[in-house]
Amino acid sequence: MITLSNIQVTFETGSQSVTAVRDVSLHVDAGDVYGIVGYSGAGKSTLVRVINLLQRPTAGTVEVNGRDLLALQPKELRSARKKIGMIFQHFNLMNSRTIYDNVDYPLKSSKLSKTERDRKVKQLLELVGLSDKLNAYPSQLSGGQKQRVAIARALANDPEILLCDEATSALDPKTTLSILELLKKLNQTLGLTIVIITHEMQVVKEICNKVAVMEAGRIVEQGDIVSIFSRPQNTLTRDFINTATHIDQTLEKLTLHPSLVHLKDNDMLCKISYIGDSTSEPVISELTARYRVKTNILFANVEILQQTPIGNLIVVLSGSPGDLEEALLYLQAAQVDVETIDSRLLEDRKVGEPV
Amino acid sequence: MSEFFTKYFPNIWNLREDILISTYETIYMVVVTSSFSVLFGILLGVVLVATDRGGILENKLVYSVLEKIINLFRSIPFIILIAVVVPLTRLITGTSIGMNAAIVPLVIGIVPFYARQIQNALVEVDPGIVEAAQSMGSGPIEIIFRVYLKEGLTGIIRASSVTIINLIGLTTMAGAIGSGGLGSLAINKGYNRFQSDITLVATILILILVFVCQFIGDYFTKKSTH
Repeated sequence: MITLSNIQVTFETGSQSVTAVRDVSLHVDAGDVYGIVGYSGAGKSTLVRVINLLQRPTAGTVEVNGRDLLALQPKELRSARKKIGMIFQHFNLMNSRTIYDNVDYPLKSSKLSKTERDRKVKQLLELVGLSDKLNAYPSQLSGGQKQRVAIARALANDPEILLCDEATSALDPKTTLSILELLKKLNQTLGLTIVIITHEMQVVKEICNKVAVMEAGRIVEQGDIVSIFSRPQNTLTRDFINTATHIDQTLEKLTLHPSLVHLKDNDMLCKISYIGDSTSEPVISELTARYRVKTNILFANVEILQQTPIGNLIVVLSGSPGDLEEALLYLQAAQVDVETIDSRLLEDRKVGEPV
Repeated sequence: MSEFFTKYFPNIWNLREDILISTYETIYMVVVTSSFSVLFGILLGVVLVATDRGGILENKLVYSVLEKIINLFRSIPFIILIAVVVPLTRLITGTSIGMNAAIVPLVIGIVPFYARQIQNALVEVDPGIVEAAQSMGSGPIEIIFRVYLKEGLTGIIRASSVTIINLIGLTTMAGAIGSGGLGSLAINKGYNRFQSDITLVATILILILVFVCQFIGDYFTKKSTH
């Protein structure tokens, strides 16, 4: 559906040149909900603007729906853009127009008749659950409602793709969830391909099936969400995931209150993680029953990503060195990842790095 | 009634017709000049915004040339501008004196100011909205008419009422080339002939014109804000 190859974006400001996107290649299939996650300034907003050529790349090719967008004439590009909806962090609604007229804006240049347009606008506003606000002005709506209007407007020309540029970053957590629910519904019912730019892994976790992590203009890691979440390779990815799964916050707590850990000789502080099937095996109780290793659970969390459960625990294992070794082998055999957390590293909070 | 006037405003009753004519002349100059200015001013303002850095039709050359011309004309004091443009005035209107001749320097004097005001008003339009329109497939012309001029309407109205009030000020100077109007009434018939009641009445009439424009401007500003 979308193929970006070797995209490079360089901004020239006087004598300085800043490269916002460096050699990024990306492929989004039809029906994907593709998350691009990174901190501010990573180049993700620039990258998403390359997809509909609001930002022309300095180098690289952009292919959407089999068409090379960079080769199009301005007029053809404009009609191609009608099939790529976009929503923004600050909604960008037209304040001088009512909700109805905002949604009608992209339809005015279409070939639809007035009655068809009227039906379409009402149908779109019903889809996003705002049928009762037709004649309100944007200033009278809450943030979540504004984003719903923006979504209705973006869908007016029946696009196949929806680009979301930090679409939930200005919203509170509850509203964020309801907007994500709506996007998920659109993805499932209309088969809409969605690209989501965000700095919150929480958002990615909620609806994406694929994710790319960006840092300093590059994609440092990309793949399907389950494998990224279960086996992140890059430190930055791990950072994002640890924040989203609250492991970071827990380790911070442990650092602030070391008494929670009470490590004795032969005690091991570990992060245990497992995916899918191993969830059903009672591994922890096996450790005690079979290997006489006592397990003190400090933190536990299960996420369901794309119907796959992913579990994370922070535990203290205590037992004799021999028993511990056997227990670790058992865990390995049960396909459970164990990372030892050196308690000295707690102070530096070098989270989750294998020792 | 006439006794009251003859006692306290001895000259007004005698010159009552002149006062009416002068008021008409001022209003005529303001209306005709603003009609032309709205056209040229908005056009130039739109071109400035569109060709500016990051604009929808970015063009460094057009922008910088236009900007310099506008700055140049804004720097010339109006009373001198009237004299400087006389050849052009004669070319366009066939005469260099009178009410219609005054329209030419008035337009040239006010358009650069108005264009700047329009530019400022349009720059206020959220670039995010322009970007959203682009993402929906709108072309430059569509963005100018359906986004800039529509979303910037409140600013345009505000700029217009400020400009018209300025213009009323300029018309009083056009008396220098025999345009008539309340300005020359106040100076020629009031000040120069020691008829201070005429000067006072001319001032009051100009103030009334300004207040009326301000009131109308405020009304429409309010109406266009949502």
